[in-house]
Amino acid sequence: MRSGPTWFNVTSLVLGFSFLYLPIVLLVVFSFNESRLVTVWGGFSTKWYAELLHNQQLLDAFWVTLRVAFMSATLATVFGTMAALVLVRSGRFVGRSLFSGMVFAPLVMPEVILGLSLLLLFVAMDQTRGFWTVMLAHTTFAMCYVAVVVQSRLVGFDKSIEEAAEDLGCPPARTFFQITLPIIFPGVIAGWMLAFTLSLDDLVIASFTTGPGATTLPMKIYSQVRLGVTPEINAVCTILVGFVTIGVIAASLVTKRQQAQRERDERAAFGAH
Amino acid sequence: MAKKPIGPVRRSFAPWDDPEAVPFIEFKNVTKRFGDFTAVDNLSLKIYEREFFALLGGSGCGKTTMMRMLAGFETPTEGEIFLDGQSLAGVPPYRRPVNMMFQSYALFPHMNVEANIAFGLKQDNMPKDQIADRVAEMLRMTKLETFAKRKPHQLSGGQRQRVALARSLAKRPKVLLLDEPLGALDRKLREETQFELMNLQEELKVTFLIVTHDQEEAMTVADRIAVMNSGKIVQVATPGEIYESPNSLFVADFIGDVNLIEAKVQERSATGTRLKAVHGDYVIDSGQETDASVGDTVWYAIRPEKVRMSVGEATAGTPNTANALVWDIAYLGDMSIFHNKIGDTSMRSTVANVARTVEQPISWDDKVTLSWDGDAGVILTG
Repeated sequence: MRSGPTWFNVTSLVLGFSFLYLPIVLLVVFSFNESRLVTVWGGFSTKWYAELLHNQQLLDAFWVTLRVAFMSATLATVFGTMAALVLVRSGRFVGRSLFSGMVFAPLVMPEVILGLSLLLLFVAMDQTRGFWTVMLAHTTFAMCYVAVVVQSRLVGFDKSIEEAAEDLGCPPARTFFQITLPIIFPGVIAGWMLAFTLSLDDLVIASFTTGPGATTLPMKIYSQVRLGVTPEINAVCTILVGFVTIGVIAASLVTKRQQAQRERDERAAFGAH
Repeated sequence: MAKKPIGPVRRSFAPWDDPEAVPFIEFKNVTKRFGDFTAVDNLSLKIYEREFFALLGGSGCGKTTMMRMLAGFETPTEGEIFLDGQSLAGVPPYRRPVNMMFQSYALFPHMNVEANIAFGLKQDNMPKDQIADRVAEMLRMTKLETFAKRKPHQLSGGQRQRVALARSLAKRPKVLLLDEPLGALDRKLREETQFELMNLQEELKVTFLIVTHDQEEAMTVADRIAVMNSGKIVQVATPGEIYESPNSLFVADFIGDVNLIEAKVQERSATGTRLKAVHGDYVIDSGQETDASVGDTVWYAIRPEKVRMSVGEATAGTPNTANALVWDIAYLGDMSIFHNKIGDTSMRSTVANVARTVEQPISWDDKVTLSWDGDAGVILTG
């Protein structure tokens, strides 16, 4: 079999990557544009970043987004982990497939419908919409992503490890915190990070469920863009892209290193014997 | 510590023969059903203190369910289990003075060897210095001192097995349950570990209950064996009794190698029974009495090593003697297994290879006489 780059492979690679990343590269480049006009290059400058720090509205929106993302990710992780445990552990119970379907439905449900139904619920409950309603809405849809991630970790879990703990005198609740949770922790953390990023860039659901005083960053960006793209927006987006990139790279590096370490240990153990 | 001679000590230990002895573990009419499937069927069993007891049977015979009910992971559908006179009904696993060594070892992957062993002791809020002493003692006992700081995935299979053993013994349980403990080890290591287990049990004076499908393992380690089949106990006896006097075709066939000869009862007397083989022209005189009446079909079970072979034909009509033709020979090194044809049935006999030669005095297609002592086999009716 022929290996190495062929003309066809190189072309598809270049086209694919351009399609995915050219818009982002353009955005990053123009965030350093001196000129106020977005599409005209006027020389290199970082002044839009400095300006950002004085844009109180954007900073507020950023702060709201962070708080919503942090709290909803944490809540979603708790509920999602619980849902995953029930689905994997409880065996068969009446309504199991219904429950499983309902947990995973938001994965495929159009966001508009989810947002609308949540809005109707909050209105029916006579809730003032704002920070808390956005947070709860994000928890709802992020929870199922956490459940999926944690569930995949739990499926490979040897249940006799928990039985061993109970056998050695550890009551079930303590067993969960001392044995089960530490073992599935990588899955739980991955679920949290997924929930965090999902909340960070959600626009549709936040628009439906928010109220005055709780504008998230994506909403702010969207409303500003409608009045015209400013280099300032480019700068905000560049920072966001930076955040996400660093996070993803760090997470994958940590996972890879852990795996390599584990494989080395196992080889050493079996080789020595 | 001076080593006690194992033989006499073991022989003198037989509380099951003592009608006064109080059982340490007792299953009373225990039944366990999973849906329509009956895993354990109205089973009663007594196990005595300091006994090394084996539950032996094929997969799905209910032996693991028995052990899990004793550990508390399964609840009997009917019946009750007693430990040291106390009913275990309603007692959760974490309150039972019973520890289990799991087939998969079930080590805590995020803790090192030391922490694994100390886990059970910490649950009892034992003072720290006592925990350290006990852990050190367990490490020494299982020869794991140099691995104390390692994580389970940094250990070999045999080392993991020893950690699991140390962890389950650290709390000094009243009963240690071993679920196929040596299944994952290779043959040599398994044999070594069997003897280590026996010495450990002798030293700690703990009651051991082992579940295994490996009859050799059960025979090696156990004081008594319960042979199980589809949720019922077929026979409970010492390894010697199980092997030499199986009470049923199932046990005779399950334990070791056996010739099962179909025969009809020809004569019954106060001194024994005369059988006439159904296939082949020979009679068997046994000192054993039987419930079967004259003319009934029974089975005579005889182990291959109890069948003698000699070249040439026997005098017709001599009891416990049959003419045969050597059909096949399996040379195993330490011994040879001969498949001999009597008519259209076969009888196996084994011969220990005492001389250092590859030449066999008996060869293929030789006419041989097979003979055995009258009490070398047992008459089984089913």
